[in-house]
Amino acid sequence: MATARETARPPAATAAHPSFDVERVRQDFPILQERIHGRPLVYFDNAATSQKPRAVIEAERRFYENLCANVHRGVHWLSEHATQAYEDTRIKLQRFLNAADSREIIFVRGTTEAINLVASAYGRKNIQAGDEIIISGMEHHSNIVPWQMLCEEKGAYLKVAPVLDSGELDFEGFERLLNTRTRFVAMNHVSNVLGTINPAKRIVELAHQWNVPVLLDGAQAAPHLKVDVRALDCDFYTVSGHKLFAPTGIGALYGKTKWLEAMPPYQGGGDMIASVTFEKTTYNTIPYKFEAGTPNIAGTLGFSAAIDYLNDLKFESFAPYEHDLLVYATEAISRLDGVRIIGTAKEKAAVISFVMDNIHPHDVGTILDREGIAVRTGHHCAQPLMDRFNVPATTRASMAFYNTFEEVDALVKGIQGVKEFLG
Amino acid sequence: MSDLRDLYQEMILGHSKSPHNLRVMPEANRTAQGFNPLCGDKVKLYVKLEGDRIADLSFEGSGCAISTASASLLTDTLKGKTTAEADALFEEFHDLVTGKRQLDEAHNELGKLKVFAGVAEFPMRVKCATLVWHTLRSALSASQETVTTE
Ligand SMILES: Cc1ncc(COP(=O)(O)O)c(C=O)c1O
Repeated sequence: MATARETARPPAATAAHPSFDVERVRQDFPILQERIHGRPLVYFDNAATSQKPRAVIEAERRFYENLCANVHRGVHWLSEHATQAYEDTRIKLQRFLNAADSREIIFVRGTTEAINLVASAYGRKNIQAGDEIIISGMEHHSNIVPWQMLCEEKGAYLKVAPVLDSGELDFEGFERLLNTRTRFVAMNHVSNVLGTINPAKRIVELAHQWNVPVLLDGAQAAPHLKVDVRALDCDFYTVSGHKLFAPTGIGALYGKTKWLEAMPPYQGGGDMIASVTFEKTTYNTIPYKFEAGTPNIAGTLGFSAAIDYLNDLKFESFAPYEHDLLVYATEAISRLDGVRIIGTAKEKAAVISFVMDNIHPHDVGTILDREGIAVRTGHHCAQPLMDRFNVPATTRASMAFYNTFEEVDALVKGIQGVKEFLG
Repeated sequence: MSDLRDLYQEMILGHSKSPHNLRVMPEANRTAQGFNPLCGDKVKLYVKLEGDRIADLSFEGSGCAISTASASLLTDTLKGKTTAEADALFEEFHDLVTGKRQLDEAHNELGKLKVFAGVAEFPMRVKCATLVWHTLRSALSASQETVTTE
């Protein structure tokens, strides 16, 4: 049996990545010092939610200790400064995603809310009976159900671009679906189950040839890739802060100004209005038109700290490290007898889904947990994709830049242990 | 790994690898489907009811070791029982796997089902053990809808 020791480890953090010191980075994440069931935590569930650096935790705390006030509503010092910090975050996100204008950034709870906002505000206005919306076969439920609901309401049709056995998008299959009835395309940039990095730019280019706008679900892309919405030329882009080292309950929707301005509001309430009488309400301008009610201010300031953290760490520095980690883990896991990786696309982010002969992922998850190893097991909110690959569920190890080669060794050893225990 | 052995008792592993009563039953007069959306486990239960007595039962499905063993042992245990007895056993089984009742105070009628006592230490796995029981309840109530553990 192959052991992790026999697997050649690439010249890791030290030689190949002189600018990336993983041990130092790990110090920034308090939770990584935790022990689970008496073992050091090995956190491989980053696609579900990532861990938070101290700076993010501190930013939330500072808001409540020193800056707590509502935004856009007060003339007093605290409100003014809280508003400033909140709006500065919008500008940071604009730069982070390379949007043309900070008004194109709308704060939401996360990707789920972002997609629902577009499906309901853009969709209700622009989709009619007989129209077609295209998604792919590898979408998260949050990029399926809102479109299904819209189609049901309008009498429109949901078309699904197929997925190849490798876990790549069947691009020609997608191409064949586009026609004069197509009104919208919504696809993930990176698959949360397969790790596939979709050819987002080509998807957008092709859809635009048919004058069809494109939403990219970037929930899993933003933590691993440098996102440039202008280079992608997508019409909408979504991110979830909590997968991006920021707190839960905060995320962002990017939308091109021309769409956002033409869209009706999503929810009604405070902040989204310019004036209200009982006869008529005039809506606020973008982005406020889409931000009804008191937002998640503390979360936004945590988001701001997370963006600063990532900018300091630099994608150029951690992305190659993460890639080597992915290659190393992929080789080590593929070498195990009776273990099969689902999702072998050429372009992948650091996500590995696998199944084991005669052993259900749920049992794998429980046994690994006792070793302190956190993985996700189940259908990962992508039931149609499970059906596509004919598996009820998978075990998924999803990595972040703070994971180490030693942790991959522990995972591989853990998987061997599962086989011995249940075998 | 000692506490893992409490969950994965030898008898559970045995039943999960070679489950009893794993077959389609064309002569069944009650069936129901169970689905655990959390892990994708699916079970279909076939019951042959004669009056209020369960004359025979079998299952089909794919699931983890705990849910497969639970289906196997349920089908073994309930053969010949009345629907009222099955209901009472479900209550007792539920109390055992949720830790409401300790192993030493568990009812003797549970018999082999007592091997599931270890599940109480693994709250995330309670639904694996109870899926087939919820499915049985649905089959007997004749609502015949797919039940989920949610
Ligand atoms: C690809 C993808 N899209 C959407 C979502 C939903 O994100 P959230 O739960 O943050 O709204 C997730 C997260 O699970 C995801 O992985």
